[in-house]
Amino acid sequence: MNMKLKLTTLALGVTLAAGPAMAELVFPSLSYRTGPYAANGIPFADGYADYFTLLNERDGGIGGEPIRMIECETGYNTEKGVECYESTKGEGALVYQPLSTGITYQLIPKATADGIPVHSMGYGRTSAKDGAVFKNIFNYPANYWDGASVAIKHLLDVNGGSLEGKKIALVYHNSAYGKEPIRTLEELSKKHGFELSLLPVDHPGQEQKSQWLQIRREKPDNVIMYGWGVMNQVAVQEAANIRYPMDQFIGIWWSGSENDVRPAGEAANGYKALTFHNVGSDFPVFADIQKFVVDAGKAAGAGDQIGTALYNRGLYAAMLAAEAAKTAQGIHNTTALTPAQMRDGMEALEITEAKMAGLGLPNFGPEFSVSCENHGGNGLVAVSQWDAAADSWSLITGYEQSDQDVLTPLIEEDAAAFAAETGITPGC
Amino acid sequence: MPEQLAFALEVTANGLMAGVLYALVALGFVLIYKASGIFNYAQGVMALFAALTLAGIMDGQVPFSHLINAVFGTDVHHFGWNVPAFLAILLTMVVMIALAYVVQRLVFRHLVGQEPIILFMATIGLAYFLEGVGDLMWGSDIKSMDVGLPQGINTWIDETTFEVLGYGFFIDNLDIVASIIAALLVIGLVMFAQYTKQGRAMRAVADDHQAALSVGVSLNFIWILVWSLAGFVALVAGIMWGTKSGVQFSLSLIALKALPVLMLGGFTSIPGAIVGGLIIGVGEKLFEFLIGAPFLGGATENWFAYMLALIFLVFRPQGLFGEKIIERV
Repeated sequence: MNMKLKLTTLALGVTLAAGPAMAELVFPSLSYRTGPYAANGIPFADGYADYFTLLNERDGGIGGEPIRMIECETGYNTEKGVECYESTKGEGALVYQPLSTGITYQLIPKATADGIPVHSMGYGRTSAKDGAVFKNIFNYPANYWDGASVAIKHLLDVNGGSLEGKKIALVYHNSAYGKEPIRTLEELSKKHGFELSLLPVDHPGQEQKSQWLQIRREKPDNVIMYGWGVMNQVAVQEAANIRYPMDQFIGIWWSGSENDVRPAGEAANGYKALTFHNVGSDFPVFADIQKFVVDAGKAAGAGDQIGTALYNRGLYAAMLAAEAAKTAQGIHNTTALTPAQMRDGMEALEITEAKMAGLGLPNFGPEFSVSCENHGGNGLVAVSQWDAAADSWSLITGYEQSDQDVLTPLIEEDAAAFAAETGITPGC
Repeated sequence: MPEQLAFALEVTANGLMAGVLYALVALGFVLIYKASGIFNYAQGVMALFAALTLAGIMDGQVPFSHLINAVFGTDVHHFGWNVPAFLAILLTMVVMIALAYVVQRLVFRHLVGQEPIILFMATIGLAYFLEGVGDLMWGSDIKSMDVGLPQGINTWIDETTFEVLGYGFFIDNLDIVASIIAALLVIGLVMFAQYTKQGRAMRAVADDHQAALSVGVSLNFIWILVWSLAGFVALVAGIMWGTKSGVQFSLSLIALKALPVLMLGGFTSIPGAIVGGLIIGVGEKLFEFLIGAPFLGGATENWFAYMLALIFLVFRPQGLFGEKIIERV
């Protein structure tokens, strides 16, 4: 018994001393499968995990190195998210997807100090696009301000190129996230001559009668929404209740999942949402996911989320991480990566249509490139529309570029303020 | 009629309707507090649990399917049938009564005579436990709640007010139904408490546990009855709020809307919950319309409701209809 105990202790000691196998490519997944936003967190986490499982099962990992995904539950709680970061960074984590603007803000200084890249795709601090200041933070292919700009661009397109004298209302989650597009929209309202009204909704957003009565009274030509969680479902239902035309109602991508429109049923038909990736499951990669992941019993979830907006977003995030890892392997001529090398790969990432088609994801996202100065891609965003009868989203525009003339000075201003505040010397 | 006055009337009418929905949640708190002195932190989660159960039963979902599949390697999700709304409501009520029984037997029976703070802590534990069980039982996806309740603008009110006032009022059909149901619920609860043997026993327990026990009233039975009634009220609130927003985790947060109502109306009065709800509903909507949106940037409803309740609390700690606290030395 004593000998058995000693041997077990010895084996455990050897294992601990050896640490994680350095050749593994470690991708933490800060997921939220529980809590108030689990309905959104689960499909994203499933898509993220299933793509890495596919690469392991079909290709033997990335560049021959197996992928190890560490999932850590945050419950969409900032403190728990930081705990997840602290408890997994020692495992050789290559890149973090915080999946929450609050967690992202907390990780910006920590990850920068630790030299680990963060990818906040479509959320987080918008000015992180300025790579000269935010050296370890990436937010390609699009950010909140790109979303606001492309929403206005779409409205220009459907209004014959002019929004002069039009009324546009922003219904937003009364939080740092929801307030993100205000400055951009104010600048755009000056440029295009539309009247902007702001309608904040307090968390969680179950009661929005006041806001929608105001919309009914003021009759804005269009409503843009930056919502999250239950706020989205209630807003879509309230819009339907006051008979607001759904095709004049546009949500940001966090207000554009099946969860947001299904509860309103037929009444949600025609609602629009911005997106930086494609929708549905009509892509060759899904056949491989079915074969190598779902049918093999290795799917992260029940396999019933495949092709939903948020599953596709998770899959797209994993694809971008994998492509950045491949780029890093090419730059540094090694298959085993360090976080610093991964950062280099992310900074040199180039996504082309040929590359996406080769991955079985033709036109799945916009073409874009990343550089030292530009960590946010080219600001290309598409508009999707909900078809209630078909129970599906479809893209109704191509990937349109945001108004760089307006956004670039705003990003530079905010990044410069952050650099001054934190004592960072910008530079590439 | 001046346009602003018409708008204010519309806001007031909608405030009354919203107040009824808040009161529906507050009623559950009042029932349990009145009969047992327990401030039931889990009331919001009970509404979520009831709505999840109803939606799951209607959809023919297999409860605990994820757990079953994970343990046995099966792939079961649905029974393959849909249950009609009325039958599903009855079945959900059976589940809520079973829950009341379990809660009473396993938790509160062992805590009789404990300090109120201990009982309150127990309900916090119950809330988180129920959240987890609800999630495990029915999954965390957002479910539609369709028991056939009408939704959307009431065209008769819209057209009539337009003819009379020159501005058509928006009143949601669902809010009208909720008001009728709340009125029936209050009448039913009051009649039950006044005219049935169990109701009188319930009132006796509420007045004095020891005295009620001494005349042969079963405390266990009464508490199970009260938790069952609170479960029924939670189910009604879950149906109303679930129809508005879909059935999802956030439904448990509707309890936040009930707290100012309780502070204002008192923890022990059923009519107080209704009147408190109406005052909070109208107060917060009018404040948002007259001051919040034009001068303060909007989103004032949440904090204004609590501020209003706080003002009432300062002048009348027991609430508008609560029993006056008299302690003699």
